[in-house]
Amino acid sequence: MDAITTDGLTKHYQVGFWRPRPYVALDNLSLSVAKGEVFGFLGPNGAGKTTTLKLLMQLIYPTSGHAEILGSPVGDVAVRRRIGYLPENPYFYDNLTAEELLVYFARMFGCSAKEGRERASRLLDDVGIGAERRFQLRRFSKGMVQRVGIAQALINEPEVVFLDEPMSGLDPLGRREVREMILRLRDRGCTVFFSSHVLSDAEALCSRVAILAKGRLAAIGSLDELTAVGSRGWELVVSGLKGDVLTRHYARITRATPLGDSRFSLELPPSTGPEQLIADLVAGGAHIVSLNPLRGTLEDVFVEQVRVAAPDRFSTKVAS
Amino acid sequence: MRSIAIIAGGVFRDSIRDRIGYGLVFFSIMLMASSYLLAQLTAGQDVKIIKDLGLAAASAIGLFIAVFFGIGLVTKEVERKSIYSLLSKPVTRTQFVLGKYFGLVLTLLINLSVMVLAFYAVLLYFEMTTLDGAKAAWEAPALDPRMLKAFALIGVELMFITATAIFFSTFSSPFLSVAMTFAVYIVGHFGEDLKNLNAIVQSVVLPYITKAIYYVMPNLSALDVKSAVVHGLPVSGTSMVLATGSCLVYIATLLVGAILIFSRRDLK
Repeated sequence: MDAITTDGLTKHYQVGFWRPRPYVALDNLSLSVAKGEVFGFLGPNGAGKTTTLKLLMQLIYPTSGHAEILGSPVGDVAVRRRIGYLPENPYFYDNLTAEELLVYFARMFGCSAKEGRERASRLLDDVGIGAERRFQLRRFSKGMVQRVGIAQALINEPEVVFLDEPMSGLDPLGRREVREMILRLRDRGCTVFFSSHVLSDAEALCSRVAILAKGRLAAIGSLDELTAVGSRGWELVVSGLKGDVLTRHYARITRATPLGDSRFSLELPPSTGPEQLIADLVAGGAHIVSLNPLRGTLEDVFVEQVRVAAPDRFSTKVAS
Repeated sequence: MRSIAIIAGGVFRDSIRDRIGYGLVFFSIMLMASSYLLAQLTAGQDVKIIKDLGLAAASAIGLFIAVFFGIGLVTKEVERKSIYSLLSKPVTRTQFVLGKYFGLVLTLLINLSVMVLAFYAVLLYFEMTTLDGAKAAWEAPALDPRMLKAFALIGVELMFITATAIFFSTFSSPFLSVAMTFAVYIVGHFGEDLKNLNAIVQSVVLPYITKAIYYVMPNLSALDVKSAVVHGLPVSGTSMVLATGSCLVYIATLLVGAILIFSRRDLK
C-alpha cells in the first residue's frame, strides 16, 4: 500500500466577477508516493503545489478525481491521526504561547495535558525554540513561527508528513536543522511529502521528485531517472589521438578539450550514439580511457519542463 | 465531543487574553460604577438609574463582544490561515464550528458573570450608604434578585447573537456579517413594529414582506425584561422558558446552517 495516491486530481476555480471562467489550478494529477519515501513536490510559484496539498488536507474539494492517504480517502478524519501538515507561511493564535499551542494540538490527538507538554517540550527543543516557548506567538519572528509550524506538524508522531515550503523564512542554520530533521523522519520510516521551489533541498533530501508546471505533472521519478532523461550527451576521454584523426571526426564532436600528452576530453551530442565514433577513433590509433553520460542537473530538468509546459490554464469546460 | 471541548477551551483562552475584550469588560464595569455618581444627581430615581445603566451596559458590551468576536472566530481563522493547521488534525468542520461557538459563549457568560458581580457590588454600596427613609421610595430593593432573570435572558440573547454572527461569517465578508448580524438584532427587537407596519405605510406589498420577516425572525423583545425588573414588576418563569426555548431552536437552526455551509466551503 502506498502512503499517498492521487488519481486524476483536478481543481478548477471560477475567476472573474462579471463573466466567471474556470481557471485550472490543478489538472489531472495522478501520482503515488511509497511509504518511507522523501518525496519532493517541485514547481515554480503558482504551479499548483499548495493547491495539491490543500486538496490532500481537504481544505478545498476537488473538481474531479480523488486522493488517498495510507489507503483511506482524504476526507476520513481517522487518517488525520496518522499525518502531520505544515501549511505554507503558517499562522497561529497570537495570544497563545508556543508551548500552549502545541499542547492544544496534542490534546486533539488524545494526549493528556502532561503528555502534551512533554511532546511539546521535546519538539520545541528539536526545532530550536528555547526560552521563547513561553512567549505569546505575537512576539515571534517569521522564522520562529515556521519552526513552531514544523513542531506542530510532528506533534502526533505522524506516519506521513506534508510540508509546504518548509524552508521558507528560515536562516541557513534553520534550513540545515530542518534538512536534518527530515532525514531523521525518513530514518524512522516516516513518509515525507514536501513542496518546494528550492531545488538544492530536493537534491539533498529526496528519493523521488515530481515537477509540477502550470497545474500539470511535467515529470516524476528518481533524481537519477530525471537527470538521465535530460542527458546532455557523452563525455569520451581518449589518449593517443592524432590531430588529423580529430580533424576528420570534428563534425561529430560538440567540444574537444586537450588534457595534455595527446589526451582529449571529447563531448559528444546525445543525438548520436558514441559506438561508431569510438570504433572510428580506435581505428585511427586512439585508445579509449573512459566514456560517461553527461547528465543534466535537477535545475536543468526543472527549467526545461517548466518551459515546455505552457497550456492555457483557462479551461473551456469544467470537469464534472 | 472532546475535540469540541478542546477547541472551545482554545477560544476561551485566546479571548480572555485579548486586550480588546478586557477593555470592553473594564469599560462596562466603569460605566456601572459611574452610574453611582449619576444617581447622586437624580433625587428619587437614583437606584433605578444604576439598575438601568448597569443592565444596559452589560447588554451592549455583551452584544459588541458577541458580534465582533463571533464574526472573527471564523473569518480571522480563514483569512490568517490558522485554520489550515487545525483542520489537518482529527477535527471535523462540524466540531470546529461548534467548538468556536461554545468557546465564545463560555467567554461571554464568564464576562457577563463578572459584570453581574460588579453590578451587585455597586448596588450593595449604594444600599449601605442610603438612608432607610430614602429606601422607602424605591420601587424594588436595590439588591433585588429578580435582576438575575434579566441577566440570564441577556445571556440567552448573546448566545443567539453569537450563533447569528458565526452563521453569517461562514459565507460572507466580515463587514457584511457585522451589518447583517446587527440587522437581525434590530429586527428581532422591533418585530411587533414590523408586524403592524401596514397601519402606517400605504403599500400593498411591503406589509406582506415585513410580516414574513416578523414570522421568520426571533422575537428578541421577549428576552428583554430589563425594564420590568428595574420597576420591580414580576417576570414569569413560563415566559422566560418559552422565550429561551424558542431562542434555542433558532440557535440550533443557525448552527446547523453554519455547519452545512462551512462544510462545503473551499478554504482558499
